[in-house]
Amino acid sequence: MLFSAILTGLVLGGTYALIAMGLTLQYGVARIMNLAYGDLIIAGSFGAMLLFTAAGLNPLIALFIIVPLGFALSWLVYALMLQPLARRSPNRDRLEGDSILATFGLLFVIQGVALVLFGANYQSYSFLAVPIDVLGTTIAANRLLAFALAVLFGVGLWLLLTRTRFGTVIRAVAANPGSAPLVGINVDHVARLAFALGGGLAAAGGVVVSMYLTFSATMGVIFTMKALIVVIMGGVGNLLGALAAGLILGVVETLVSSFIDPGLTLAATYLIFLAVLVVRPQGLFGKAAR
Amino acid sequence: MIFLIPLLALAALAAVPFFVGAYPLGLGIGILGYGVLATAWALFSGPTRYISLATVAFFGIGAYTVAVLADLMPYPLVLLCAALIGLVVALLVGLATLRLAGIYFVIFTFGLAELARQLVTYYEVNVTRTLGRYVFLPIGPEHIYWQLLGLLAVTLALAFWISRAKIGLALRVIGDDPVVASHLGIGITRTKLALFSLSAVVMTLAGAIQAPRWTYIEPSIVFNPTVSFLTVIMALLGGPNRLFGPLLGAVPLFLLFEWLSANFPNHYSIILGLLFIAIVFLLPNGVLAAWDKLTARFKNNEARA
Repeated sequence: MLFSAILTGLVLGGTYALIAMGLTLQYGVARIMNLAYGDLIIAGSFGAMLLFTAAGLNPLIALFIIVPLGFALSWLVYALMLQPLARRSPNRDRLEGDSILATFGLLFVIQGVALVLFGANYQSYSFLAVPIDVLGTTIAANRLLAFALAVLFGVGLWLLLTRTRFGTVIRAVAANPGSAPLVGINVDHVARLAFALGGGLAAAGGVVVSMYLTFSATMGVIFTMKALIVVIMGGVGNLLGALAAGLILGVVETLVSSFIDPGLTLAATYLIFLAVLVVRPQGLFGKAAR
Repeated sequence: MIFLIPLLALAALAAVPFFVGAYPLGLGIGILGYGVLATAWALFSGPTRYISLATVAFFGIGAYTVAVLADLMPYPLVLLCAALIGLVVALLVGLATLRLAGIYFVIFTFGLAELARQLVTYYEVNVTRTLGRYVFLPIGPEHIYWQLLGLLAVTLALAFWISRAKIGLALRVIGDDPVVASHLGIGITRTKLALFSLSAVVMTLAGAIQAPRWTYIEPSIVFNPTVSFLTVIMALLGGPNRLFGPLLGAVPLFLLFEWLSANFPNHYSIILGLLFIAIVFLLPNGVLAAWDKLTARFKNNEARA
């Protein structure tokens, strides 16, 4: 029972880590605290469901359609809505405030569109819901696939950031947006790409979520919340920190919901968040890492 | 003379329930309710620029306290309890987040309403085993109207007093530059905490006073995130740094939202979101500031001519 809960928790945590990576890119590089992030995840979930039920498309193939869409949509949102705000802001605090407000508005727009198209009910579809035996406990194949995808995206992103020139540029902007132009980096351009990349990851997270969880149009807030908590726990901009924090959050949530009460999972999440804020506001893994 | 005008206005507004029917009175209650929330929101968030998204958490706590305690004790005592609970929650949230950068506060308040909703639901389902409560109090709509009007007057008076007092000056310095503020010897966290708690208590009371109107109360009704959203957008439209700014934003927007929810119930939140973005873009400091800028430019032109 305990082992099975931990296994389920790790799988859930993998998804949390995946969605948190996108947010940490958006906040760490583009300096935008995107409150509509979770709604983009839900949009990805609805997209996968629609393609699966209407066109019979395997969610793995749907990824190739939905991730580019998420990327393009976020690119547009940044270019049309957030870049003007960034240009207008005299300092970082002001940009933070304005972008929070603007994306708060965006949250209601995306959620409203989802409500009009799909209604307020919980949705799900059955994909690969076959039990698989792992070290003596059974787990659904779709959950294992979700975990594998999270690992794949995580490793891919890590390689992109650490092994390529583009990744180095992104890290330079994250580390010091003021000095990056001095070495010939177009900060505007990089910020927009990082924001779009984060949006692509959110959409990927949405597809992964839709494979094994039920979701509804108004659930975006919860995903945003959890992604934010993971980002802060891991330290803003720290990918490996996000991975560890995501796994911790997933395991704790599953333990609470299987041994205490499912109604208290969010309370547990909040308690962790509170503890981190009080003890280590710079994140569990400090500020030093990338 | 300067104190006579507000008193006369208050008396005129207090007389409204004697002359209008049930529907306009309902609108009046709605406007006053959001007027109180927006003014209370701006009390803290205006000068400090800390964006609180937790309005409905306090509002719902107030409403729920009334639902739970209404049968147990006299009404004034219930209101007092609600205010105390709101105060304790605000102190807890503030102590955990207000020492840190503003972003942590925003994130924490962003999820607070959802947390309160889930906790209350959990408690009701597992402990009392009834989700949803009835409030039967002998309080008519006109009494709610008067109570809200009183609360609004008190809140505005407080906001006026704070803007003149030392604490208001301290808050503005903190909002402009926290480093300067700490060098001046301002207790940053203490000041922010005091104002945040005050604003939260007013919001809690606004929820408590309006609770008898619903009769039936459920976590998903009183912890509806749209309330937080509307409060912010109203305060921003009017201008969170002016005394009457939030109230001025609340009147037209409340009427607009009433009309929208009656005529476009399905597209309500899309229109809301777009309107919100437009306000953030076009009126970053509110209508009143934009108006001052416009008239100042006009005067400049005249002076030059």
